[in-house]
Amino acid sequence: MAFAAFSSSTAPAAADTSRKKSPVALLLLLPGILYLVLFFLTPLISLLLTSLKAPSEFGDFGEFSYAFRWENYVDVVTAYWPHIMRSFGYAITATFFALIISYPLAYFIGVKARRWPLLQSLALVLIIAPFFISFLLRTLAWKQLFSDESFLVTSLKAISVLAPDAHVTGTAFSVIFGLTYNFIPFMTLPLYTTLERLDVRYLEAGSDLYASQFHVFRKVTIPLSMPGIVAGTLLTFIPAAGDYINASREFLGGTGTQMIGNVIEANFLVLQNYPAGAALSIILMTAILVIVSIYVKKSGTEELL
Amino acid sequence: MKLSIGKWVLPVYTALALLILMIPIGYTFVYSFNDSLKSNITWRGFTFDKWLNVCNVQNGAVCEAFGNSIFIAVVSTIVATTLGTMIAIAMVRYRFKFRSQLSLFLFLPMATPEVVLGAGLAAQFLSVGVPKDMTTIILAHTMFSISFVVVAVKARVATLDPALEEAGRDLYGSALQVFMRITFPLLLPGILAAALLSFALSFDDFIITNFNSGNVSTFPKYIWVSAARGIPAEANVVASAVFILALVIVVTVQVSGAARAKRLAKMN
Repeated sequence: MAFAAFSSSTAPAAADTSRKKSPVALLLLLPGILYLVLFFLTPLISLLLTSLKAPSEFGDFGEFSYAFRWENYVDVVTAYWPHIMRSFGYAITATFFALIISYPLAYFIGVKARRWPLLQSLALVLIIAPFFISFLLRTLAWKQLFSDESFLVTSLKAISVLAPDAHVTGTAFSVIFGLTYNFIPFMTLPLYTTLERLDVRYLEAGSDLYASQFHVFRKVTIPLSMPGIVAGTLLTFIPAAGDYINASREFLGGTGTQMIGNVIEANFLVLQNYPAGAALSIILMTAILVIVSIYVKKSGTEELL
Repeated sequence: MKLSIGKWVLPVYTALALLILMIPIGYTFVYSFNDSLKSNITWRGFTFDKWLNVCNVQNGAVCEAFGNSIFIAVVSTIVATTLGTMIAIAMVRYRFKFRSQLSLFLFLPMATPEVVLGAGLAAQFLSVGVPKDMTTIILAHTMFSISFVVVAVKARVATLDPALEEAGRDLYGSALQVFMRITFPLLLPGILAAALLSFALSFDDFIITNFNSGNVSTFPKYIWVSAARGIPAEANVVASAVFILALVIVVTVQVSGAARAKRLAKMN
């Protein structure tokens, strides 16, 4: 739903000269900022401090004291390297598929359907409709549809597309499928907002200059829709990399598909190994920040943020 | 011939893609009518029973979770919408130092994976010694909603003509009067949209809630916990009912917005 965050960032801001300087501003800003400092910034600092804690010498299980045990990071990277790699592998693959699937969808709704505003709004309502029904139940619906006894899987086995002893759920395929499905609206909406504003006269100009349709698409449409592509891929990639619902064993995953989110959850809520969970969270956040800043720099859309 | 086929590729693709997106919603809805026993996996026949007796299953566990979710969403939406609207007005209307740093700071919670936000809060509550309950869930939901509210309301404040407020002041309206009679009514659609977004985010949040809920059940958490032993059809009933209600609200807002635009066009 963060699409609004990205799509409206290009909205014309009031000229700076029309803004007044006033102590009222401070009064308006302070409560909200204070709230975010207390419940967003300080938690990140306590996460960092927790990640360096060492087990209490005389304490009970699950008790830790402040220390500077940076070996925690070495420990979790060695123990959970496959999970870390899997998270980014799955998230990148799902983001790629979501982009490939969403682009033609957004193009049709935003450009081709302009003549039919009713069709446009109907399609948009359908795109956001999944937000109105529980994320967990939707994911479970796919699990049932992909289960071994389901119509889909038995038919695929009957025509020998799948081996008789094959499973769909619990595989990398079903986790990536779930991630792609769940985050497609996050990809489609920002793509739609940029494509909807695309001036088709640029495309006509390209054709007039004897560019092939493919050439116009590559040299005109894609560059003009870059803000939407960047916003959509970020909105898909960030939550997908940290997701632990799709990969969970009760949902679409199996023992071999656990992602970093699953391990953070297990360390915090089951194993009570808070330093390990905290260290993994810090690693996840840092990796995402690095990947995102490189990506934004490369795509030349820094002004978006 | 080739051309006419090409013309249909995109519309057919769009229809198919939208259809596939709707499959899990349809599945959830259809299985709310399943005459199921403990778990709702195989189809056992059509019944209205689950819709009529939603609260009867497992001593009302589904309804209790639903009630908690509504309460948490209402409280966190009120707090987040108030704080976020104040920030949005200040950011569009006033000049102050560190504006770009503030924008970045407000953007960060939206760019942080939920699992990190959840784990961070859990680590903080743990080190301060705060027990996890309803309050910690509300504190967490308010936190991640504020940034979204700021973005949604900011777009609305930016379209507001400052001349309207100036006119109010010229007519000797006090600062409070100008705000209550002019600024607030004009911002209301944006504030309501932000509140709806905040409510939806809170109601369906699982990842952050799971880290900070202790023994308190919310609707998504109930589904997560029951997934292992089977989710009763009553959960599908609640989800379907919420879906229909949300859809009605969205369509009403869209239609009334279109009607209002038409009225304004006529006046001009």
